[in-house]
Amino acid sequence: MTRFLLVLTLLLTLAVSAVAADNTLTVGSKRFTESYILAEIVKQVADQTGEAKADHKKGLGNTGIVFAALKSGSIDVYPEYTGTISQELLKEKGAIDLPGMKAKLGGQGLDVDVPLGFNDTYALAMREDQAQKLGVKTMSDLAKHPELHFGLSPEFLKRADGWPGVASTYGMSAAPEGIDHGLAYEAIAQGQIDVMDIYSTDAKIEKYHLRVLDDDKKFFPAYDAVLLYRADLPTRLPKTWAALEGLKGKITAARMVQMNADVELRSQTFAQVAKGFIAHDLQGGAVAAPEKEQSFWQRLFGGDFWALTAQHLWLVFGSLLLAVLVGVPLGVWAARAPGAAGPILTVVGLIQTIPSLALLIFLLTLFHAIGTKPAMAALFLYSLLPIVRNTYTGLTDIAPALRESAIALGLPVAARLRLIELPLASRAILAGIKTSAVINVGTATIAALIGAGGYGERIVSGLAVNDNAILLTGAIPAALLALVVQGAFDLLDRVVTPAGLRPR
Amino acid sequence: MISVENVAKSYKSQIALAPTTLQFDPASTTVLIGPSGCGKSTLLRIIVGLVAPDAGSVSIEGSRVTTANVEAMRHRIGYVIQDGGLFPHLTAEGNATLLAKFLKKPSGDIEKRVRELCEIVQLPREALGRFPSELSGGQRQRVGLMRALMLDPPALLLDEPLGALDPITRNELQGELKSIFARLGKTVVLVTHDMGEAAYLADRIVLMRAGKIVQQGTLADMIERPADPYVTEFIRAQRSPLPALPETAAP
Repeated sequence: MTRFLLVLTLLLTLAVSAVAADNTLTVGSKRFTESYILAEIVKQVADQTGEAKADHKKGLGNTGIVFAALKSGSIDVYPEYTGTISQELLKEKGAIDLPGMKAKLGGQGLDVDVPLGFNDTYALAMREDQAQKLGVKTMSDLAKHPELHFGLSPEFLKRADGWPGVASTYGMSAAPEGIDHGLAYEAIAQGQIDVMDIYSTDAKIEKYHLRVLDDDKKFFPAYDAVLLYRADLPTRLPKTWAALEGLKGKITAARMVQMNADVELRSQTFAQVAKGFIAHDLQGGAVAAPEKEQSFWQRLFGGDFWALTAQHLWLVFGSLLLAVLVGVPLGVWAARAPGAAGPILTVVGLIQTIPSLALLIFLLTLFHAIGTKPAMAALFLYSLLPIVRNTYTGLTDIAPALRESAIALGLPVAARLRLIELPLASRAILAGIKTSAVINVGTATIAALIGAGGYGERIVSGLAVNDNAILLTGAIPAALLALVVQGAFDLLDRVVTPAGLRPR
Repeated sequence: MISVENVAKSYKSQIALAPTTLQFDPASTTVLIGPSGCGKSTLLRIIVGLVAPDAGSVSIEGSRVTTANVEAMRHRIGYVIQDGGLFPHLTAEGNATLLAKFLKKPSGDIEKRVRELCEIVQLPREALGRFPSELSGGQRQRVGLMRALMLDPPALLLDEPLGALDPITRNELQGELKSIFARLGKTVVLVTHDMGEAAYLADRIVLMRAGKIVQQGTLADMIERPADPYVTEFIRAQRSPLPALPETAAP
């Protein structure tokens, strides 16, 4: 057991020190195509200077998570939009210019600069044929049709510069429904929703024959794409910073729509699109012929597959080990102390009901970091219930006659637990650990939302670009891993269960 | 020798055992008998420390049992329950030697004692490696007895040891128990509700009812000089091949 803990401490120390290295540039991105592409461009431009090792934390959960990651220093830079900075991050009521934002962000050790050259504003869109039939051209026209079915992305629904502001400015009374942005296009094409929020550089506006409604009361502020970064970045990595400043004004709205379409409609990877942009637009080279499309199997096992597998396994089994070390003693305590059972089981049961994203954000704030640590803490907490409960029931289910026989023999408490009670409860405890492990394999996919990697990274980016193939390259290995883990535990059950307890 | 002095136990307002004083002598078998809930098992469980009495004290070989010494005291008592109470994850031998191994007795001594006990309880050596689920009911009871006798304790307490056995095995084991008790000369206390078994095994029968001792003595005493009409009623109710009772048994 001591050796176990020693190894664990060692591994955790290694994980922490890996994060702390100084000559790295960590780029973050949010969970949509454009953010991935821009972050990938930033990463590759930085890499080419050779000054620092650049890393891309892909598809962090939402603006709150990625901004918290920047403030805590888990990432150094990420692409953001001026409208989001003023409305959402600085909570400004009116318009504010770039120098004004720089001044306000300076107080938090952050800075903003390098307008990339395009404005990706929010807009509302409808199917062209329906808009024509109803005669809706502007958002004021739309306000006259509260009967339409609004399907809006959860973030747009909550943001001050999103639905609440739109509804009050235009006097809209529709009851909108939340829908993931990646799925909204399919939903509107199939007529399940009539109105959706879009970004003006979305690749799919044309493909799905949508009409972008005119913001006739000029509600939406400008969303100029910029780089939001930690204030020490230009001095810490001057060469890298100079290269990043070279991106200023280099991306037009049309070029951005094209790059988004390269990913979403022409199945290129973020890295390929970023590479093409750098070679052609920045260095004036010829546009490389699009790389031959990879087969599904090449995409499944290609690139980062083994790295993601290692991350996923580490998340699942690292947290599981912690949960066993804590959960089994808790279960024993609950079974031994009659007063403790209720509170212990209630608390671990309540933890289970906390929504995963809420728990991740809470832990992220607590740890003041994104990545493996908060993700593992969340998985650890979710793993507790099956282990604690099975340990408790395994122990309390032991026949009173056996428990009394052990007492009457004159064995002390600890010896009874070790020699009699835990072996008798071993199958139940192992079954609890198995449940936690299998659930963990699935839950670990959400760890990608806070940059902890694993198969979830592919699922999240598949959802972001609405590409089922990418999604499956993450979902299939996760499902297979769950089956393998289940099988491994069934085997373990046969090996470790005392012969006298095995069913015949 | 075991003595209990004024031990009593109640559960809420229900009296399980009224204040009771009894002495159990070496090389003598006492059988506690009575209907369900009469307090006979409670008394036995108080002696072995599974139930804490509300009042009174228990002494074993002259030393009073306290919370501090109860584990050591239990090593001086062998305790056997219905169906043996064997641990299903251990083999017959594992069950029998569990305590001795925990107490780090020399393995040579343990092996020797196992051989001795196999002979005493008539357990075939090849049964030692089997798990309880692979043993017959009678064998399980023999292993339970081996486990109780492993440290050669001065006292042996048995709570309805033969209750779960078929009549033939039961009859066979009654005979063996009688000779084992005689051969080992221990302080034996056995709980049963079978008067035939009691009469056969006991040097002294203690008949209990509703937490109190109604009468103690031999079966002949009870038939000839019942302390209470209940004694006759209880003996009559046994419907066993005992000598027919005289019609005028009432006091």
